[in-house]
Amino acid sequence: MHPTDWSAVRLTLELATIVTALLLLIGTPVAWWLARTPSRLKGVIGAVVALPLVLPPTVLGFYMLVAMGPRGPIGRLTESLGLGLLPFTFSGLVVTSVIYSMPFVVQPLQNAFTAIGQRPFEAAATLRAGPWDTFFTVAIPLARPGFISAAILGFAHTVGEFGVVLMIGGNIPGKTRVVSVQIYDHVEAMEYTQAHWLAGGMVLFAFLVLFALYTLESGRRET
Amino acid sequence: MFRSSILLAVLLTVSSLTPAETVQVAVAANFAAPMDALAPVFERATRHKAAVSTGATGKFYTQIQNGAPFEVLLSADDATPARLEAEGFAVPGARFTYAVGKLVLWSAKPGVVDKDGKVLKKGGFAHLALANPKTAPYGAAAVEVLVRLGLFKTLEPKFVQGENIAQTQQFVATGNADLGFVALSQVQKDGKLTGGSVWRVPTNLYTPIRQDAALLSKGKDNLAAKALLDFLRSNQAKTVIKSYGYDF
Repeated sequence: MHPTDWSAVRLTLELATIVTALLLLIGTPVAWWLARTPSRLKGVIGAVVALPLVLPPTVLGFYMLVAMGPRGPIGRLTESLGLGLLPFTFSGLVVTSVIYSMPFVVQPLQNAFTAIGQRPFEAAATLRAGPWDTFFTVAIPLARPGFISAAILGFAHTVGEFGVVLMIGGNIPGKTRVVSVQIYDHVEAMEYTQAHWLAGGMVLFAFLVLFALYTLESGRRET
Repeated sequence: MFRSSILLAVLLTVSSLTPAETVQVAVAANFAAPMDALAPVFERATRHKAAVSTGATGKFYTQIQNGAPFEVLLSADDATPARLEAEGFAVPGARFTYAVGKLVLWSAKPGVVDKDGKVLKKGGFAHLALANPKTAPYGAAAVEVLVRLGLFKTLEPKFVQGENIAQTQQFVATGNADLGFVALSQVQKDGKLTGGSVWRVPTNLYTPIRQDAALLSKGKDNLAAKALLDFLRSNQAKTVIKSYGYDF
């Protein structure tokens, strides 16, 4: 493989790692709230989080490009904070990927939290555990398989992202040219051999991820 | 004018005798706006229909090689139609130049780009947009200009690449890139600049962007395909094409 291919692979892994970490940080409270709230807002927030599942990447890409541009609300905010504009930057990809992969993290976590049920929390309450204590010593350990699924899916989905990155990335080597964009470039330039290396690698990666996930799931069901 | 009206009359007569057909046309992104203007005129004149797909020439090439149902290709260069012909995907001898494209440096804001392009040397911008030079002829022409001006090395870190020339324009139009190299046809209509500021790059700074049309093998028996190629050569079509800033 060409050095630019390796640079794309490195960049993609870096992006997916940062995005997964952020998603677990942001997604956990959201999923916790969604799983336990009696609020009527639950439906609205749940729907907003799930939107990227059904919207084409072009919609998100288009709105992110406009919103993060110099005339958009996010663009004005980042400029007034002295951060500059987000399109064509690595941070821009991170922000967009977090939004785009959010449902893949929130939904497994929400399911895991829901599956715990009321009883462990009642038990914790009788032992006079505070809400934070309960969350960290009861909820998180019991939802562990959910966290693993969420992390794997969030990571894999970020690696597999293409349309949004193409629309806001600007194809800059080492900064926004991720593997999926690099493959697209190779195919367009008729460099099929290079395309095969990366594309074949992606198929293998996706298979291994899903295989791990399903093995994990069935293992959980048997125990 | 006289000749074009004869041609039109012939086209009309021929079309009234033959059933209308549809031609699938792959159109280079820079020619999207003129094609939008030309398609209804073509349909009225010949009663044939044109189903237009726009995109990057390089992508169309790959798709055509892999069996895409296109019958006519309006390429952004002359190399792609020639290659398709050599590889047996286009009808030999049917190629011709339907337009010669012009490159401009454009900003969506007035006053950013001066009429001599000195802004490139002066700097003071964060991003310079251009189409992917590996696959888009206008991107390759932009690189050629920068190399000739001795600015390629300095400006390369500021490059943001659009997948095709339409996406490049979108980067500049949304203000995310301060300026960028696009096709004159994208920022000019009826001979006037549609907005922002522009440097018309002198044509001696880059190899002429000859845009060739090809009759693809899938369209060799399609009357609408032939009619469209004839129509593009008519004076009526040429007037429209010229109003978008192309030469011949």
